[in-house]
Amino acid sequence: MLKVSDIEVSYGDYQVVWGVSLQVDAGEVVSLLGPNGSGKSTIFNTISGLLKPKAGRVEFEGARIDRQPSHQIVRRGLAHILERRRVFPYLTVRQNLWLGGYHPEARAHRVETLKQVYELFPRLRERESQLAYSLSGGEQQMLALGRGLMSRPKLLMVDEPFLGLSPAVVQEMKDAFKRINAEGVSILFIEQNVQVALSMSHRGYILESGRLVLEGESEALLTSAEVKRVFLGG
Amino acid sequence: MTREIVIQAIISGLLMGFVYALIAAGLSLIFGLMEIVNFAHGEFLMLSMFSAFWFWALFGVDPLYSLPVTAALLALLGLVVHYGIIRHILRAPMLAQICATFGLAVFLRALAQFLWTPDFRTVIHPLVEGRVEVLGIFLGLPQIVASVGCLMGFTLLYVFITRTETGLALQATAQDRQAASLMGIPTDRMYALGWAIGAACVGVAGGLLSTFYFVFPEVGFQFALIAYVAVALGGFGSILGCLLAGVLIGLVEALGGLLIDPSFKYLIVFGLYLAVVFFRPQGLFGRF
Repeated sequence: MLKVSDIEVSYGDYQVVWGVSLQVDAGEVVSLLGPNGSGKSTIFNTISGLLKPKAGRVEFEGARIDRQPSHQIVRRGLAHILERRRVFPYLTVRQNLWLGGYHPEARAHRVETLKQVYELFPRLRERESQLAYSLSGGEQQMLALGRGLMSRPKLLMVDEPFLGLSPAVVQEMKDAFKRINAEGVSILFIEQNVQVALSMSHRGYILESGRLVLEGESEALLTSAEVKRVFLGG
Repeated sequence: MTREIVIQAIISGLLMGFVYALIAAGLSLIFGLMEIVNFAHGEFLMLSMFSAFWFWALFGVDPLYSLPVTAALLALLGLVVHYGIIRHILRAPMLAQICATFGLAVFLRALAQFLWTPDFRTVIHPLVEGRVEVLGIFLGLPQIVASVGCLMGFTLLYVFITRTETGLALQATAQDRQAASLMGIPTDRMYALGWAIGAACVGVAGGLLSTFYFVFPEVGFQFALIAYVAVALGGFGSILGCLLAGVLIGLVEALGGLLIDPSFKYLIVFGLYLAVVFFRPQGLFGRF
């Protein structure tokens, strides 16, 4: 479904991603792991079109998308939920969600999708007419996820979904992921906590200083000595 | 000093306030959207006044009738400025952005002087002229028309921004450009739209002003200055703040001119501005 081949990404002269390749198949949950500054978010931004790679290619359902602007890419069914939620602070919860279904393909199903999102996160319906900045961190993460779902994605990319959340909310988000995946949506997510990431995904990729160092089935990675070296510096 | 004179000043101030509000709203919209201050805003106003004037002088079309054309011309100007200049300096340092729009202002003013000389011109015998007396208070009809027109323009802008799909997309782009583009909102086009609408606001205000105000190349300056104060007073990027600040400035100007001395009226306006900046730097409705 998503195929990233040998991408190289730079900010000006400063290269942060070196020849990374990864793949997500239909129905899969895949985690992207790595310490701070290892290039995880940069890879996400490149896939969703916010950044352009200087080499390599990104394909989604067989079509090359790395030369397309983000507002076109989302129409193909690829939703990217940015790190730190990035909800529209001075719009209401409902307006945020409504805009999530802005692109033409999603627009036709808005009312129906909104209902599904409210079923997934009943809290958002309660907060419907509140301005987004007034929500708690957990509610904002729900809103960010719900807004992404409003675009009716086939692949959902979430950057650090559990950052700064209470254990109860983390559990709620994990359950939501399971339900979303059960509906047939593939998920690619970034997470720094190895245990959390691998317990939730089928496969994982591990990144270090902009290069992939390890990939494989989550269960195998959990017991790998190399994973311990990257994360514990052992 | 009679009660009538004070009421007279209050109403005149209110009338002018709505005109200021619409001019400021155009400026605030552009700033809120891309954090670029359009220093050529006053010159946009000047061009719209000349547009109204020339329609009258050359074709005998009253400024009120040519108003839609003037607004459309200004929207077109906004688009040309966006695609010709602004788009290329979006990621440039702030100083470059300031120089670009300031340079545009100087250019437009010089161009107007070159083409039309620095003379003061007026629309003679506009469609609506004269004044009415209501309970001992005299009000200029063109002023009333301009004020009501600007208030209508402002209301239209507000409804558009807060109630329509495209308006919401504009707000979203202003609040988080990257997130907006990930929703499928074409943010480049939203920027262009912002310039078109921002300039059209000035088009409406300028077209209406031309029925009772002198038209000359330097005319934009004082209005722009007031618009900057209104935007800062109301809070950068807040459209509703512009309305309140515009009216406030109109009132302070009229009452200050009456109670102290007309030549000091701007001193009071800027004094008020300074006070707000000291005690509430984000402005009355500001978020920054």
